[in-house]
Amino acid sequence: MIAVIDYGMGNLHSVSKAVERLGYEAAVTSDPAEILAADGAILPGVGAFGDAMANLRDTGLEVVVKEYAASGKPLLGICLGMQLLFTESEEHGRHQGLNLLPGRVVRFQGKYKIPHMGWNDLEFVGESPLFRDVKPGHVYFVHSFHALPDRKEDLLAVTDYQQPVTAIVGRGSLFGMQFHPEKSGELGLKLLQRFLELTAVRVG
Amino acid sequence: MLAKRIIPCLDVKDGRVVKGVNFVNLRDAGDPVELAALYDKEGADELVFLDISASHEGRETMVDVVRRTAEEVSIPFTVGGGIKSTEDMKRLLRAGADKIGINTAAIQRPDLITEGSRIFGAQCIVVAIDAKFNLEWQEWEVYTHGGRKPTGIRALAWAQEAERRGAGELLLTSMDADGTKDGFDMPLTRVISDSVGIPVIASGGAGSAKHFAEILTLGHADAALAASIFHYKEVTIREVKDELRGEGVNVR
Repeated sequence: MIAVIDYGMGNLHSVSKAVERLGYEAAVTSDPAEILAADGAILPGVGAFGDAMANLRDTGLEVVVKEYAASGKPLLGICLGMQLLFTESEEHGRHQGLNLLPGRVVRFQGKYKIPHMGWNDLEFVGESPLFRDVKPGHVYFVHSFHALPDRKEDLLAVTDYQQPVTAIVGRGSLFGMQFHPEKSGELGLKLLQRFLELTAVRVG
Repeated sequence: MLAKRIIPCLDVKDGRVVKGVNFVNLRDAGDPVELAALYDKEGADELVFLDISASHEGRETMVDVVRRTAEEVSIPFTVGGGIKSTEDMKRLLRAGADKIGINTAAIQRPDLITEGSRIFGAQCIVVAIDAKFNLEWQEWEVYTHGGRKPTGIRALAWAQEAERRGAGELLLTSMDADGTKDGFDMPLTRVISDSVGIPVIASGGAGSAKHFAEILTLGHADAALAASIFHYKEVTIREVKDELRGEGVNVR
């Protein structure tokens, strides 16, 4: 079973349906026991970083997510859920993240359209089981802040939006995707499928 | 590089697509979910549903359409029409919509933009602007109620206010171009797109693949939307994308 962690942020229905379409059982849940028992967990999220962390804290799920990550079972953060994996964000002030990956989340700055919204090309820059038999292409992004991992080896894929932008991060069985794989057509589903396959294999 | 987006729009009334849809390979051309899935397969980058139901029951039906669409398609979609409160937004977002389009209600109560953006994030809030050139002002004026009511508000100022209040995107319809099939409104789109820092979807006037290429390059639009020419297969999404590629425009 794949736990889609419900902490009051965002569109959980699309994520859980995508998981089910790929042939896995999904449960949208905020129950710590159910999350910790899951074969894989997805931390989705749209909205503001500070609100999301406050929700995770208030619901007691911050500890649960950290415990889950430490268990070595596959965990995937999507969009804001990926940003939450990092140390801190500068979105509306300074906010501590889950600190599972060292790095910061910063605002896009410059004379171009923000949010970075729409389909952009992935470039794989690292090795990952997520990329097995996957050809890079366009996936759907929508975000105004982007993550800067401290460690180069955590960066698996980038896209180009006026600068290289973190698109996929990963270390061991912990992964993050800045784009929405559940909204990114066939390529998005393929990458999500590769993640789900790891829930049977167990890496790390 | 970020691709330019092509977006088909479906008018939905009481859970059924209205305005003729001319697809041969559909079981039921009136089913919005089936049509959405087909456009997804054809390469649409996003979809817009405009709910034109007048009744409460019709709107409830839309929530079901949204839920089923989220199960069937793997591209983002926006729902607009008759949304008046953050409660309305929440219902549709929870059902699986990615973005919410607001138009008349935002003019009547601009705080709706601010509230929606704060609660759900700017990326969820699309402010739709129906604009028509006002000869006296020599500038575009905002219309509401499906383009029937002039507001006395200048489109450019409103676009900038919408951005300031937290809109993540603008859906800009030219009432002068709409229905003409002579091409999108180049001056309007360009003026608005150059005056805001958020993406602009151009709408109204599409008649050929070339029109899309023009508005996405010379018109500075980030995305282009059309309804009837796609429904009647006068132009397919594929043809539009081929044309764009030929013009050197980055598409998916």
